[in-house]
Amino acid sequence: MLEMKKVNAIIDNIPVSVNEGTTIMEAADQIGHHVPRLCYHPHISTEGACRICVVEVEGRPNYIPSCATKLSEGMVIKTNTPELHQTRRDLVELMLNNHPSSCLTCERDGNCELQNLAYKLGVRDRLFEGSRKRYETDKSSPSVLRNPEKCVLCRRCIRVCSEVQGVNNLSQLYRGVDTVVAPAFGNDMIDSVCINCGQCINVCPTGAFLAKDDTDRVWEALNDKTKHVVVQTAPAIRAAIGEGFGMEQGIAATGQTVTALRRLGFDAIFDTNFAADLTIMEEATEFLNRFNNGGALPLITSCSPGWVKFLEHFYPEFIPNTSTCRSPMQMLSSLTKTYYAEKMGLNPEDIYVVSIMPCTAKKFEAVRPEHVTESGIPLTDAVLTTRELIWMIKAYGIDFVKLPESDFDNPMGYSTGAGDIFGSTGGVMEAALRTAYETITGESSDDIEYKEVRAVEGLREASLDINGITINVAVANGLNNAKTILEKVKRGEKEYHILEIMACPGGCVAGGGQPLTDAGKYVYPMDPTMIRKRQEALYNIDKNKEIRKSHENPYIIDLYKDYLGEIGGEKAHKLLHTHYHERTPRGIK
Amino acid sequence: MEISKMPITLDKDIVEYIEEVKQLEHPESYLISVLHKVQGRYGYLQKVHMEEVAHLLQVPAATVSGVATFYHFFRLKPSGKYQISICLGTACFVKGANLVLDAFMNELGIEIGETTSDGMFSIEGTRCIGVCALAPVVTVNGKVYSQVTAPQVNEILHKLKAEDK
Repeated sequence: MLEMKKVNAIIDNIPVSVNEGTTIMEAADQIGHHVPRLCYHPHISTEGACRICVVEVEGRPNYIPSCATKLSEGMVIKTNTPELHQTRRDLVELMLNNHPSSCLTCERDGNCELQNLAYKLGVRDRLFEGSRKRYETDKSSPSVLRNPEKCVLCRRCIRVCSEVQGVNNLSQLYRGVDTVVAPAFGNDMIDSVCINCGQCINVCPTGAFLAKDDTDRVWEALNDKTKHVVVQTAPAIRAAIGEGFGMEQGIAATGQTVTALRRLGFDAIFDTNFAADLTIMEEATEFLNRFNNGGALPLITSCSPGWVKFLEHFYPEFIPNTSTCRSPMQMLSSLTKTYYAEKMGLNPEDIYVVSIMPCTAKKFEAVRPEHVTESGIPLTDAVLTTRELIWMIKAYGIDFVKLPESDFDNPMGYSTGAGDIFGSTGGVMEAALRTAYETITGESSDDIEYKEVRAVEGLREASLDINGITINVAVANGLNNAKTILEKVKRGEKEYHILEIMACPGGCVAGGGQPLTDAGKYVYPMDPTMIRKRQEALYNIDKNKEIRKSHENPYIIDLYKDYLGEIGGEKAHKLLHTHYHERTPRGIK
Repeated sequence: MEISKMPITLDKDIVEYIEEVKQLEHPESYLISVLHKVQGRYGYLQKVHMEEVAHLLQVPAATVSGVATFYHFFRLKPSGKYQISICLGTACFVKGANLVLDAFMNELGIEIGETTSDGMFSIEGTRCIGVCALAPVVTVNGKVYSQVTAPQVNEILHKLKAEDK
């Protein structure tokens, strides 16, 4: 390996020797001096907008932003002088002056980077009280709320939306004190190309972007004696919910989650993972049909509602390629209001379905007009993010960590290991391959871990040989990576058979509705270690499952035998499949 | 799948100009130049035109509206039939251009950058236009009025209205 060139400098009287290209901030981090910072985010580009991280460099007349300046040979740097400290405090005080004093009732109270900075820098009084900017909160979207009053113009949301998601929905409009972050033309979020992924919420240092809160509706349903309230939890919830209660990262809390839901008063608790197995049955069949009959390939997965809306705005030409399978959430909701209702002798109108999702885009998916029952009622009545469920559990006073474990309810509570890994990038692909392999070869295999599609990074490809047939697959997470692969398909560079696309970087485990990282600990959303730990939690569940292939799930086998009939058949199509349509405004690729 | 085409209402020569710059390196850097052309033709930047520019130049619409709202030169609303430009350069200013500006704003009931509700007049403040000897200077659709004083404002407006009939 090439030896990196070293750069020597002195930071706070401590000699440092770091690789060439290291920024002053990174070098200071290495000696344990965390320069206060705000707009900086390690997993997106450097902006240098907030100036909180300024340092003094000997021989330079002005303060230098340490995040945006590379260390050079012989630099003598001070990260802490009384003047620097005062400068940072002044900057934070000026930001606070232009910020609502609603911390007590703000959702981000206690986990706000601005609040945290003000605390750390010792800002105890508001010295510059004066007029501040006033905006209405944009509540037009069923997923993402935008409150410019709380915006500190760090541009993280603009960066993540552009660099990670390739959506470019946000920009700074106007100038000076009038500057505001908004979609094109200052449109409402609902009239924009926003795909509802919620990554802007995750990276926002304050509460300028928040997920829509639907907990009140769920409390109401739980207290409505006429409603049979059914809940389902997505694969990725168990991998992260514990973090909300101070549990170690990467420990699955499946059993505690079920117990907590039961105590909250849900009448039946199903596992979205069951429907993940079902998705594999339908999707693998869809793939084999297309493969054998010359249908549109590559087949593209359809579980991620962020990706689906991206498809409709940006790549409508790929609609014929995209699987018509409803997402596992909507499959399970659909079956709850049909199969389960019939089994229990319930009127579907009396069933209230709540989905716990790691995802803000699911809130949008639930209100899509295509997602209704035959009589026109929504399949899913309310979608809560992992964060919202954590509040509910806390509001109820449940000591989550101490809860005993319990099991999901049947008939839709059992999943195979294949369904369990849906929450990670590559999981759907691996689950599909486990079933496709056996369907194509007609023989059972024990070699079912497709490690080549597992990883944290955003894009990977693999070619698999199944009975002499080469199957080319690609897995993309973060929609900029999806763009790369779709453009490759358009250019005809390579013949792909299956593409798995997930909107969020790392897959659902790092979705826009997952517990936020601790603002005080210099761990940021999209942190690869965090993503890996959450993924491992899911792969461990899979590893310890006796049945690890979707088509071997006994409840799935019964479901087809007793109710749905043929896989991909007429009834399955009516209940489990959907369609997509081109959307405006048209996205710019 | 048949993808519906975005209908384009921009004049053909502007579309051709965009196609031309798209062949060059960094076509996105021609955004301001394209917007200048659009405003030059239509008087201001309409949303539909900005959307078309975004689509044709393949620059995100959010970026286009960010640029259009950042620069004072770009107008997002139509200007009046009579565009009144009051020079606020140093020489005009010391000779009382601010009083002239105030008089126009009072008479018309609008601020800088606005247009009267009947679409007749709009006001803008300009930097030095280079005829300091005639300060304070006002131009109306390019016609120069020299050494304007606040009391003359009413008369100027009156004449313009009469001329329009």
